Amino acid sequence: MPDKHPSTSRPPAAASTVAPTERVEIRASQLRINGRPYYPAGDPDMPLLWYLRDELRLTGTKFGCGVGACGACTVLIDGKAQRACLMSVKAAMDHDVTTIEGLAGSELHPLQRAWIEEDVAQCGYCQSGQIMAAADLLKRNPNPSDDDIARLPNLCRCGTYPRIRLAIKRAAQMLREGVK
Amino acid sequence: MIHGLSRRRFLFVGATAAGALLVGWRGATAQQKLPYLGARDEPQALGAFVRIESNGDIIIGARATEIGQGVKTSLPMLIAEELDVDWNRVRVEQLPYGYVDTDKGPSNRYGGQGAGGSDNIPSAWKELREAGAAARWLLVQAAAQRWNVDAAQLRTDSGAVIAPDSRRLSYGELAAEAAALDPPKDPVPLKSPERFSIIGKPTRTVDAREIVTGEAQYGIDSYLTDTLYAVMLRCPLLDGSIGTLDDKEARKVAGVRDVVVVEGPKPDAPFDGALATGVAVIADTTWAALKGREKLKVEWKPGPWTSESSSALAARANELLDKNENAVPVRNDGDFAKARKQAAVRLDARYEMPFLAHATMEPPGATISVEKDKVVLIASLQSPGSASQLISTLTGIPRKDIEIRLTRSGGGFGRRLKNDFVAEAVLIAKAVGKPIKLIWTRDDDLQHDFFRPFGVHAMSAALDKKKKLTGWSHRCAATPRNYRDRGMTEGKVPLYIGCVEPDDFPAGLVANLEKSFFAVASGMPRGWWRGPIHTFHAFAVQSFIDEIAVATKQDAVQLRLDLLGPPRHLKYEGSDQPGFDTGRLAGVLQLAADSIGWKDKRSDGHGVGIACHFTFGGYAAHAFEVSVDKNELIIHRAVCAVDVGRVVNPLGVEAQMMGATIDGISTALNLAITLKDGQVQQHNFPDYPLMRMAQAPQSVEVHIVESTDEPSGAGEMGIPSAAPALANAIYAATTVRVRKLPILPELKRML
Repeated sequence: MPDKHPSTSRPPAAASTVAPTERVEIRASQLRINGRPYYPAGDPDMPLLWYLRDELRLTGTKFGCGVGACGACTVLIDGKAQRACLMSVKAAMDHDVTTIEGLAGSELHPLQRAWIEEDVAQCGYCQSGQIMAAADLLKRNPNPSDDDIARLPNLCRCGTYPRIRLAIKRAAQMLREGVK
Repeated sequence: MIHGLSRRRFLFVGATAAGALLVGWRGATAQQKLPYLGARDEPQALGAFVRIESNGDIIIGARATEIGQGVKTSLPMLIAEELDVDWNRVRVEQLPYGYVDTDKGPSNRYGGQGAGGSDNIPSAWKELREAGAAARWLLVQAAAQRWNVDAAQLRTDSGAVIAPDSRRLSYGELAAEAAALDPPKDPVPLKSPERFSIIGKPTRTVDAREIVTGEAQYGIDSYLTDTLYAVMLRCPLLDGSIGTLDDKEARKVAGVRDVVVVEGPKPDAPFDGALATGVAVIADTTWAALKGREKLKVEWKPGPWTSESSSALAARANELLDKNENAVPVRNDGDFAKARKQAAVRLDARYEMPFLAHATMEPPGATISVEKDKVVLIASLQSPGSASQLISTLTGIPRKDIEIRLTRSGGGFGRRLKNDFVAEAVLIAKAVGKPIKLIWTRDDDLQHDFFRPFGVHAMSAALDKKKKLTGWSHRCAATPRNYRDRGMTEGKVPLYIGCVEPDDFPAGLVANLEKSFFAVASGMPRGWWRGPIHTFHAFAVQSFIDEIAVATKQDAVQLRLDLLGPPRHLKYEGSDQPGFDTGRLAGVLQLAADSIGWKDKRSDGHGVGIACHFTFGGYAAHAFEVSVDKNELIIHRAVCAVDVGRVVNPLGVEAQMMGATIDGISTALNLAITLKDGQVQQHNFPDYPLMRMAQAPQSVEVHIVESTDEPSGAGEMGIPSAAPALANAIYAATTVRVRKLPILPELKRML
């Protein structure tokens, strides 16, 4: 089923990218992804992962295992790292979902910059999940120790862990120094 | 300005089967045999790989499949170097598969595009620098015409042609004129290495920004118009088939459109289509297809391998080694039996290697549209040429009408050298008459792979009274890698290929040496796994050397150095390099030893282990410092020393060595694919536990040897010596010798 993004499913008056109006909030339960409201019309049991990828083409969130073991599909739900392969669209309704595509503001997030500067990616497939997991970590702990970082559970098949570690430390420093 | 349509078009240069470069123009019927090409129908394309826009932007085409080995960055660096441009002005674009029909047969306008054997850098080293130099030559000629001066008086610097009187014209200003010129008739001289300004400089991944913002496109991220989604339920029994199929419930799932049977190969027929027989569920969404698959009721008919199990395979391998009959000879120098008889010290050990899965983070899959007279494939591939051939065979559509768009791949490790998933997608798309996006789940991926072979290595050594190694025997009983590959099973390729290497260390260094092979029958599909032959036997060779050193109270580094002897080249079949240079292997060994502090006494329960190996023209050594405390293995330090000749991108080589070291440790510690009743027992990461950050060493200290030798690749040489160095370190810390991989379950059993 095609999904109803406000720009196509709602009356022209509401067809803009501005924050949802009160009227919208009253009308329907919504899924907020990267700050925009969506009204999924398909199977509510569909994992958020496939909704993001197949319906919205937000393909930065990757499929790796489907059982919550690898972390390639990590997104932020209300700011907290969650596995999009295990969370249904139904369960995500009325929550704020941030995907890798929505992490940057007007400029790249310090983690994204640090990832580039440390040249972390090899195949790169797991890295959006790694960055989202790191974003959650830095929110909870602005100055993580090596052990804190090592507890990140995401898998990397290419073995980029040492550079991930460096990038997280670099981003933490940027954040502490007030880089936005 | 160039119109939108032509912006993505590049001219073509291709290699024939014999390796000669062909050049020509799109649409041209006749091919010219020239080393370079110019451009006539592309106003601002300077050869196959370079496009320059009027605003000065330099677009360089990346020809090879990027699987994480860094070639999308390093190959364009070669072109940019000779083009003489500022790397910061370069934009790299992935080229599609460049098949072209010529009057000499099939060719490729870009040359080699696959990823295997760490071959991209060595094969591109001359070819792509020449392509860059030819493009630069055109720009210089254009400037010479504009100024009416002799081209020999002009020089270039950072994207501009400069006259003796300091007049400058940027490449952007010259591009249109340069593109109209004829290509150089003779080879253009290449830069001397001391003038390199891009090659040898640490250079970040060209796609880094796209990767960290989620915009980078992988095969799995591709969609075509009106695509249906497909998943398959494949027969879990080796060479099994469908007994009964009930798809009624599956078809009732909302969104399910169709259910289609995909035939696998008959037992013992070549693997050149789908890997296994299965049932495809086609639906409007991936999710509906997955739900539909759950509802399939299939009774599988077992194949001929129902009694196959890992324990039976191990027993069979050991039985073959015990009997020692009808061995396939691999290499025989001197007289090992005699040396053994006369030896003062005799040593024997056996080492067991498990099957391994590739487990690429991005599982296999393909998006394909098959029409009456054309095909479009978008997929993460390592061998687009084979994919093109396969599609043509399955559809009857000529290869020139098969478009293959290349994307980044979420890892390769050899898995994507096979195109079984492409064959499945073709068959499904043909059956349903719609574009198909085939998704493999992780379960599919671990259950159905071309696994690294299983085997047992029986090593024997003979030493004289002075503890000098006089005899070396390496007998390997394994499920041959060479199995049901069309072209390989017809006696052209020796049975041992992929399991033992005739010329590997210490061949040529021990007077009496024998290597032989015993085939263990198995129904498991087998394939190439990163550093394939080398990871398979280096564990045995480099562990055994360590055992010899321990047993005869010799220094394990000195013993290897003594064996390697003075620097010289030894014959090494299958290596494009000038053979095996004993001095370079000794060099990385010594470097690793010095870095880890090999000679330092350790009294804290820490142990240090070392190993070295020569792989695909590159030399690597690993040294680890470990301790085992309360059954917990801790890797305190990980050192990797590498000599890959001249380094194109130091940041990339460092990444490959760091990654390969961690891949090597991860695999050695934990990973095995096991069989029971003719079925693979692993299903997902919980039972195929790739290493997580908490287990990995905090850093890998990578030391790169500065060298002016011809460059080798770097994707695979960082793997083979990791496992034996780790096992040797564990021995040093605990006196427990692990001879069976993976290490951790063995260590637990033995401690």
